[in-house]
Amino acid sequence: MAVTGFGVLTSLGTGKKQNWQAITEGKSGLHTITRFATDGLKTTVAGTVDFMDLESYSAPLLSTAMAAETIREAVDEAGLGTKGQFPGPLFLATPPTELEWPQRKALFAESNGAKPDPDYQDLLRAARTGRFKNLYPYFQFASVGEALAEEFGTKGLPISLSTACASGATAIMLGVEAIRRGDTEAALCVATDGSVHAEALIRFSLLSALSTYNEPPHKASRPFAKDRAGFVMAEGAGAFVLESYSAAKARGAKILGVIRGCGERADEFHRTRTHPEGKPIINTIRGALNDAAIAPDEIDYVNAHGTGTQENDKMEYLALKAVLGDAIETTPVSSNKSMIGHTLTAAGAIEAAFSLMAIHNSTLPPTMNYDIPDPDIPLDVVANKSRAATVDTILSNSFGFGGQNASLILSGEPA
Amino acid sequence: MTQRQETRQARDGPEAWITGIGLISSRGDSGEAHCALLSTGAGRPVVDEESFAPYSVHPLGDIDFPLQIPRKGDLRQMGRWQRIGVYAAGLALADAGLVDNQDLLDKTNIVVAAGNGERDEDADGAVLRAIIEAAESHDALEDVLNETLQTSLRPTLYLSELSNLLAGNISIVHGATGSSRTYKGEEMAGVSAVEDAARRIASSQGELFLVGGAFNSERADLTLTFELCDALWRKPFKSVWERARNGGGFVMGSVGAFLLLEADTHAIARGQKPYAKITSITSGDGSRSPDADRNLSRMESLVDELVAGDTTGSLGILSGASGVEPATSDELKWLNGLGLDARGITTAIRAYGTMVGHSVEAHFPAGIALAALAISKGQFFPPFDKSGHECSIEETPDRILVSGWGHWRGNGLALVESAVAQ
Repeated sequence: MAVTGFGVLTSLGTGKKQNWQAITEGKSGLHTITRFATDGLKTTVAGTVDFMDLESYSAPLLSTAMAAETIREAVDEAGLGTKGQFPGPLFLATPPTELEWPQRKALFAESNGAKPDPDYQDLLRAARTGRFKNLYPYFQFASVGEALAEEFGTKGLPISLSTACASGATAIMLGVEAIRRGDTEAALCVATDGSVHAEALIRFSLLSALSTYNEPPHKASRPFAKDRAGFVMAEGAGAFVLESYSAAKARGAKILGVIRGCGERADEFHRTRTHPEGKPIINTIRGALNDAAIAPDEIDYVNAHGTGTQENDKMEYLALKAVLGDAIETTPVSSNKSMIGHTLTAAGAIEAAFSLMAIHNSTLPPTMNYDIPDPDIPLDVVANKSRAATVDTILSNSFGFGGQNASLILSGEPA
Repeated sequence: MTQRQETRQARDGPEAWITGIGLISSRGDSGEAHCALLSTGAGRPVVDEESFAPYSVHPLGDIDFPLQIPRKGDLRQMGRWQRIGVYAAGLALADAGLVDNQDLLDKTNIVVAAGNGERDEDADGAVLRAIIEAAESHDALEDVLNETLQTSLRPTLYLSELSNLLAGNISIVHGATGSSRTYKGEEMAGVSAVEDAARRIASSQGELFLVGGAFNSERADLTLTFELCDALWRKPFKSVWERARNGGGFVMGSVGAFLLLEADTHAIARGQKPYAKITSITSGDGSRSPDADRNLSRMESLVDELVAGDTTGSLGILSGASGVEPATSDELKWLNGLGLDARGITTAIRAYGTMVGHSVEAHFPAGIALAALAISKGQFFPPFDKSGHECSIEETPDRILVSGWGHWRGNGLALVESAVAQ
């Protein structure tokens, strides 16, 4: 399963070059939120993407724009198909898409609903005027996929999916499976998330999932450190052109890496917490190793999920220890989320992209803000500055709310 | 790869048998309850024209949720659409004999078609009130929004907002943990979910799949989303085809539809009897683009493939048409244009949305469930309306084509037939 093109976009910038330079220098894309007022909020820091040229913010518009940018980078690099004609299906991980408060407020204003107990009847009355029909495509789940499928000419029904914070890895996995089945010889696997708005931030905040280290913003995300206090919401996108190895070879494409194996497993324990023994994530990682037909000691580097919540990082360590055994003490681990935050739906794809770049550049990106190691998590964390190392086989983990777990094994081009 | 090769390849692998059905709607709370639709005495659709006027809905029948979701703590964590889904999923698992069989549940892959979770209408009402107050006192709206959201949102109910939490709750309540995937995209989410499972079975990428979706029609927040594009029927109730003639629109129906899809080899080994099998499934982008014609001709060639060489027999068609125009007329025209009757194959179309309502993400899985029930009973549905598009049929079809044109994009097609050895 060959990767012949990929693209990435985060709060650090557009494209692989800009992102790689920034993360290997330990730069942070996290900043104080300016998109909306944060008065009275416990968390005021996020990794929003504010440099896209949009008339106004909405999650689907930003998600579409970022995805398109990364697809252009990936497809240009792969040199596959012709402009606007990609010869394979689109597998797209998208964030929740629904009416946001600015639109509800506009509807409400139209309804002239000045009664003491306003409700959805007021909004429905405004909607029935037909004056808001232009809003509709933005708040159907399929809209992001439809827009991208049209622009890039992917084949068949665009597939939209969510496995929460594992979505990016799942999008890649669906492409791998479709190619393995022989349904297609190429697939475009994309994950995008531009959903940092006030309500989303408040909801995560009410779950006590977010870091409240607001100042300075670059210190907010502290994966694996003892004083970690939650994740930082962020935005971004990642895109991969996958091809069957033989098809890529046959057309003389440059092979940038291979997806060697994928694992997934659901957790029946709890909605936001992982199984106390980490069984499902252990089985997810084992599943990926089995799928790749490699032994645990062949893993050279772990690109961790590493959200910076107390629970995730502890459980991820326990699972890695269970699967890799003592080797985990000498296997370098880093979490890109220390610099780009948690890009939620997009995280699995963005982190897979950084994993391939680590192989190419023989450099492991750092885990920033690792100032106070957690004695309960004795990992070889690539701490605070990048590390030169030749690695070939990488484990990239993604775990999500709702018991969603997915792991990928990535390698450079086989000799 | 051509469609022909694709179909043949699917037939070389294991077959996708339907070995469990969980179906709840306005018609009742089991597959058996829906078999009543097969008899001529099915009666009129269950429609509530009052509660959500000017919109009609097919309200969910009386469901005792604790029967499938016994823990109060679990019930509290779910919005109604999740309860509908988790209940139907539990019925399907029980029907397939998987309850308490942890070894099999551990390898049961969950594939769900989902939309957005439910909003808390009280919390949204509180924000609207705050908007009025802010305007009166000239406070900045954003400050008011932050304050009101922080005090009125219930943290735990956030989880029902996440699409993938229906699948998450199925894992938690029923213990199915093989893997978990959630597809999105309105009607096409249902097509993608069934297609994912059927293709994985055919290529030996899995043996047990719990696949389906849920839709709660009795929700103002959802009504608003569909009203924004003028997709809803607002006049006195009419059947799907009759609505299409009068400007179009869909009537939402509460539905939970889950199927246990199982590799034939696996079902035979454990002695589980099938209702039917999914012989083939395909989907297309169906956008109103230059590609649309090519996509439809691909689907036509699939139908050709399915009935290749047949010059007799009958084919039932369960159409998932919503009633929204132009998609509904397009679908009907396409189905009537297949020319099967001219080849000697008798066809009969039924729009099941007339009886259970349009259930968006759950609609395609519900169509497959109804098809499988009909096949297993050796019966077909009598016409659901008097539009003239649904003719009675003398010979009971032994295979059923389930079609679904999304109300604004996409199309899907699956053939369901008897799973007994040919």
